[in-house]
Amino acid sequence: MIRFEEVSVHYEGARAPALTGVDLTVPEGELALLVGPSGVGKSTLLGTVSGLVPHFTGGTLRGRVTVDGRDTRTHRPRELADVVGTVGQDPLAHFVTDVVEDELAYGMESLGLPPETMRRRVEETLDLLGLAELRDRPIASLSGGQMQRVAIGSVLTPHPRVLVLDEPTSALDPAAAEEVLAVLQRLVHDLGTTVLMAEHRLERVVHYADQLVLLPGPGERARSGDPAELMAVSPVRPPVVALGGLAGWTPLPLSVRDARRRASGLREQLADRQPETEHPALGKELARTDRLRVRRGRRTVLHELSLTVRAGETVALMGRNGAGKSTLLRTLVGGHEPAGGTVRVGGVEPHRTPPGELLRHAGLVPQEPRDLLYADTVAAECRAADRDAGAEPGSCRALTAELLPDIADDTHPRDLSEGQRLALALAIILTAAPPLILLDEPTRGLDYAAKSRLVTVLRGLAARGHAVVLATHDVELAAESAGRVLIMAQGELVADGPTAEVVVSSPAFAPQIAKILAPQRWLTMPQVRAALADDR
Amino acid sequence: MSPAPAARLLGSLRAPEDSRAAALHAGAWWLWALGLATAASRTTNPLLLALLVAVSGYVVAARRTDAPWARAYGTFVKLALLVLAIRLVFAVLLGSPIPGTHTLFVLPEVPLPDWAQGVRLGGQVTAEGLLFALQDGMRLATLLICVGAANALANPARLLKSLPGALYEVGVAVVVAMTFAPHLVADVQRLRAARRLRGRSDKGVRAILQVALPVLEGALERSVALAAAMDARGYGRSARVPRPVRLFTNVLTLGGLLGVCAGTYGLLAAEGAVFGLPLLLLGLAAALAGLRLGGRRAVRTRYRPDRWGPRAWLVAASGGAVAAAMLWGAATDPQMLNPPAVPLTAPELPLWPAALTLLGLLPAVVAPLPPGAGGDRAPAKEDSR
Repeated sequence: MIRFEEVSVHYEGARAPALTGVDLTVPEGELALLVGPSGVGKSTLLGTVSGLVPHFTGGTLRGRVTVDGRDTRTHRPRELADVVGTVGQDPLAHFVTDVVEDELAYGMESLGLPPETMRRRVEETLDLLGLAELRDRPIASLSGGQMQRVAIGSVLTPHPRVLVLDEPTSALDPAAAEEVLAVLQRLVHDLGTTVLMAEHRLERVVHYADQLVLLPGPGERARSGDPAELMAVSPVRPPVVALGGLAGWTPLPLSVRDARRRASGLREQLADRQPETEHPALGKELARTDRLRVRRGRRTVLHELSLTVRAGETVALMGRNGAGKSTLLRTLVGGHEPAGGTVRVGGVEPHRTPPGELLRHAGLVPQEPRDLLYADTVAAECRAADRDAGAEPGSCRALTAELLPDIADDTHPRDLSEGQRLALALAIILTAAPPLILLDEPTRGLDYAAKSRLVTVLRGLAARGHAVVLATHDVELAAESAGRVLIMAQGELVADGPTAEVVVSSPAFAPQIAKILAPQRWLTMPQVRAALADDR
Repeated sequence: MSPAPAARLLGSLRAPEDSRAAALHAGAWWLWALGLATAASRTTNPLLLALLVAVSGYVVAARRTDAPWARAYGTFVKLALLVLAIRLVFAVLLGSPIPGTHTLFVLPEVPLPDWAQGVRLGGQVTAEGLLFALQDGMRLATLLICVGAANALANPARLLKSLPGALYEVGVAVVVAMTFAPHLVADVQRLRAARRLRGRSDKGVRAILQVALPVLEGALERSVALAAAMDARGYGRSARVPRPVRLFTNVLTLGGLLGVCAGTYGLLAAEGAVFGLPLLLLGLAAALAGLRLGGRRAVRTRYRPDRWGPRAWLVAASGGAVAAAMLWGAATDPQMLNPPAVPLTAPELPLWPAALTLLGLLPAVVAPLPPGAGGDRAPAKEDSR
């Protein structure tokens, strides 16, 4: 269905080609998963299928890409619109109209389908994606998972034979991600649609893949083949595969179910051991809310929320999209005024404290770290941060060097990768040395390597007596970094306790290792690795 | 007649709840509002103008939805008040051409050089001058409020869907621009909040200026992403049209538009009255034919366009009736509709034009009810905004 023949892409002004030596075929009706570390050209590869690369982005494409027999060299993206449906990373940038139903119809209108057909397909798609309730809603009022489903629906209605998705589940909570993946699964099985998608969160998707396309590193040739075989050599691998590798299982297990069936020996081996859990020494109270209520417009977003955060602990804040996690974090830095109850951070009321002073008590890295960056170069950004925080000149640069060892002074923040940008934003916040550090959804767009660096950084912070609160959908990150988990639903706290207790019992929030080794309380690969290393 | 059919008849006459199928055509709302606006442009009687504002306001209160565009009314009212205020301030500062005898107060006059003769800064402010400015400003404000009512009641995107195929691409550009503004506002709010996170103040002009660049950068990036998405979804696909047809289309459209211009000029200039009207009509016909032919290039179809039903006729006609009444009143009784500022007199309410203006309230009864307003005929429940 999709055929790449010796494809390479070179953007103008770039030193090295963005993509080299891609030569592979994706047969009809398969779900192909594109994996690789950040910055190896995954998005570029996806773009060549819809023709956006090079028709829209510029650059030189060598070789040939054909989709359903059409050469993208001679067909512009609009002429491929009836065979390829594309959903980019940010669904908001995808919407042309303002109401769900119109959005679903937009692509068909462009193709000139007859009105009766359009009507029928809109109704079918509303049912297929479970959007019937939302048909008249303005798109701006939808949650992240709903938007992602509308975006997928809007490219499905013209019945494309190929669907191209760039990180469809990265911004979603585990349940919403399952929903989207179930839809994709159905399309592949029932309609024979060919799906090509890139995703960093392999633990969510790898077991759905029929074929894996691996881009091992910049400038290296792409490989494709059986998922289990390729995972053995992949630089990025989900915990289930890593555990399989550690235990020496062949072929490698891809799903929790595969692994569980083979894990009985491992479970026995681990039975008389306990995972090493660190019990950090808790210091003084840094933040406290008492029956906190926050309203936005007419909606009460936080209900009677009481919690305390102490120095030295790392807390993961989890829950559905729209459960109030971000609102809670913003309230702690004075972004919202409470409608009732109290909130104290380092003894002051955040919404009544001038920003400069509040930064000495608590700092937040927002969901989009780019919002914090204004300057043209990393060095200028750091100088500004020193001034803002009233810190010694050079302290921000020193922190940046610690988090991002090899970054040049004159790099433009825009040219950084997601992980590097997050590190820079974190360094800027840390310049003021706030005891309480809040991170909103820090792993969006991060590959496993960047994530493990982040975990190391967060542990270091906690060890130095900072308290870290991170709102995240990433259960693996929570398991690896947090000692305590809070689960929110509809603005209320529904669970609060040590990570092992809260997540092991929850189907949605349990990490893969916990699912495989349950009822034992192992959460992460490093724990298992350490326990097995003792054995030998 | 037995009671059952009577009840059924009454039931079918009641306004249905607004839904996609029952929605009133956006064009009907615009015709209604333009009717009121035309009426407003024909009078400076403050009582009549106030009545027009009240009529439009009542209909908006009774029939607007919760959609984002429905909030436009408040913005337009504020804009109208601003226009009125500016008009009055100018009248006070720059004086007024109206000769008046009732001096209210005297501002110190700034002496201006000879070449600025005829311009006055400061000086005497008369009650007549102010009244004239007030009436004039009210007319403009009422016009704005009527346009605001159309904006609040009709989804602009749906109106653009009714454009002929050849104009479709222009329409999309406008829709995209309109959805852009709210995004921009959200961006500004988000980035200002982010400034606080860096320990800077989020208030003052500097904060806005420093945020401006990233906001524009973000807007630019989003528009590029949107353009890519639209391209990938088939925007701008066109059917193959033979070259002669394309050429003919262009000739028809351009020639038609030229004809319209020349014809309008002919109608307005005294010496061209003979050929003015025919030329205008001919030009209009050619331009329309050109647009229609141009539509053949567009392959696109329309999903569930609004239907023009009896309710749409009624709404449009009620606006038209108000305009007609005011035109008729202006022709028969110009003194009443445009009360002179000199000598000072209290304006009177002309009975017939005022009564006919109330016809503009018809949409508050016949237009579909916004969802959630329940089955009652009372105006939409109290809005918090």
